[in-house]
Amino acid sequence: MTMLEAALLAAQAMIALGMAFAVARLLLGPRAQDRILALDTLYVNGMLLMLTLGMRAGSTLYFEAALVVGMLGFVSTAALARFLLRGEVIE
Amino acid sequence: MSHAAALPPLVGALVALLVLAGAALAMIGSWGLLRLDGFYNRIHPPTMGTTMGVALVLAASAVLFTALESRPVVHEAAIAVFMIVTTPVTFMLLVRGALRRDRALAGNRDGTPAPRLPDDAGAASAPADGR
Repeated sequence: MTMLEAALLAAQAMIALGMAFAVARLLLGPRAQDRILALDTLYVNGMLLMLTLGMRAGSTLYFEAALVVGMLGFVSTAALARFLLRGEVIE
Repeated sequence: MSHAAALPPLVGALVALLVLAGAALAMIGSWGLLRLDGFYNRIHPPTMGTTMGVALVLAASAVLFTALESRPVVHEAAIAVFMIVTTPVTFMLLVRGALRRDRALAGNRDGTPAPRLPDDAGAASAPADGR
């Protein structure tokens, strides 16, 4: 295993740990906006994980997947934030 | 996993440094999201991952594939531009939504009606004008 492969593996481990932190915040809440923020962080970390996966495989195919993940993250977070801003029965 | 061995050592070291720094920033940002108290504090740390973390990992990817394919590979710039444009939009929307919810809660506790954001008032008055 070369230094680069070890570094990519370590980077994937760190990003996965970041995803675990985001999932913990997603479950803990306590309010809806905290969960939406955690979901957005989860999406960004997932996109980074996809990029490092592509670098490990030596294939540019994973780039498109990362682009789609980033776009879906933006759309879902924007939609949920819009929901908080507009149609909400106050708890 | 044999492609990495064909790289010049200096390029490999540069890519390793960039990807480790980017991943570390993303992880620290997520840890801050878990650790800090209050939503308005919590919205700051994830921006470490969405700005510098994404930028460094994208730079590492661009350097690696440029070296592997012996031609300039810059399609990573698409994600970089996309993140720069969208992150502030989503976070501003999110903070506005959170602010509205907090104001409405404070209004309910006092027994007074919730103060409204300017564009809420505009939206509420628009149907009355028939527009």
